[in-house]
Amino acid sequence: MSLAALFFYLFAGVAVASAFMVIASRNPVHSVLFLILTFVNAAGLFILIGAEYLAMLLVVVYVGAVAVLFLFVVMMLDVDFVELRQGFLQYMPVGVLIGLVFLAELVLVFGSWTFGQGVTGAVAAAPSDVTNAVQIGRVLYTDYVYFFQAAAMILLVAMIGAIVLTLRHKPNVKRQSIPVQNARTKKMAMDVVKVPSGKGL
Amino acid sequence: MVIGLSHYLTVAAILFTLGTLGIFLNRKNVIVILMSIELILLAVNINFVAFSVFLGNITGQIFALFVLTVAAAEAAIGLAILVVFFRNRGSIAVEDINTMKG
Repeated sequence: MSLAALFFYLFAGVAVASAFMVIASRNPVHSVLFLILTFVNAAGLFILIGAEYLAMLLVVVYVGAVAVLFLFVVMMLDVDFVELRQGFLQYMPVGVLIGLVFLAELVLVFGSWTFGQGVTGAVAAAPSDVTNAVQIGRVLYTDYVYFFQAAAMILLVAMIGAIVLTLRHKPNVKRQSIPVQNARTKKMAMDVVKVPSGKGL
Repeated sequence: MVIGLSHYLTVAAILFTLGTLGIFLNRKNVIVILMSIELILLAVNINFVAFSVFLGNITGQIFALFVLTVAAAEAAIGLAILVVFFRNRGSIAVEDINTMKG
């Protein structure tokens, strides 16, 4: 068994096992950590197959952003997760049955996949002497530039949407108002009082 | 032993099945359902990248990039909705999300 095959089985095995633990672990924080492990191993698979750029992107975007987002939300919400797990065993037999049937079908269809005669991917094939990131950049910024900008718009809309959804104004909180602050004059801010001696205010 | 396309497709199929199974089993917990969706999208990405590499066509990796973008946006919006829902109702159980009776 070659080294590449060994690493393939290592990454694939750990990815599948941690994906199983994502759906099976009792504590959602553990689920998020196993999700991170799954993504790191999938990034290893991508490196093994020669897609380095997507592997790095997977680590940066998923482990760095999405998984941390999940972690924050799981920790911030004060939810009784034990209560949410009720019914897990109830749905287990039928769920596992459906899953096994589905998996068997998928493996039977995809496990023996071969390309037909005359199927080539020569549409956007790049010379192999440039790196993966250069290949992606050459295609992404020329043929797919509008899709690239659409993806940027999607991210912008998602960012604004998330901010608008979670922003809230509490009624009893004093907020800074820049125009009111700038409009203050000495006359509004100070009041000079003449205190008569011996009488007080 | 040569690792071919079908090996990667099998791994992706197993991850996809585990994702759907997670939706079946944890049908009360929205957070785990969102994580299962991320697993499903990861399986789709593995398929895209495997076909892209074995066909020698970079377009599949471009599409995987877009899937990654949409998945990140979806996770952000989904978690924001979850936080707002928890703030209003004090629960994230799926069967409590029935105000619209859809």
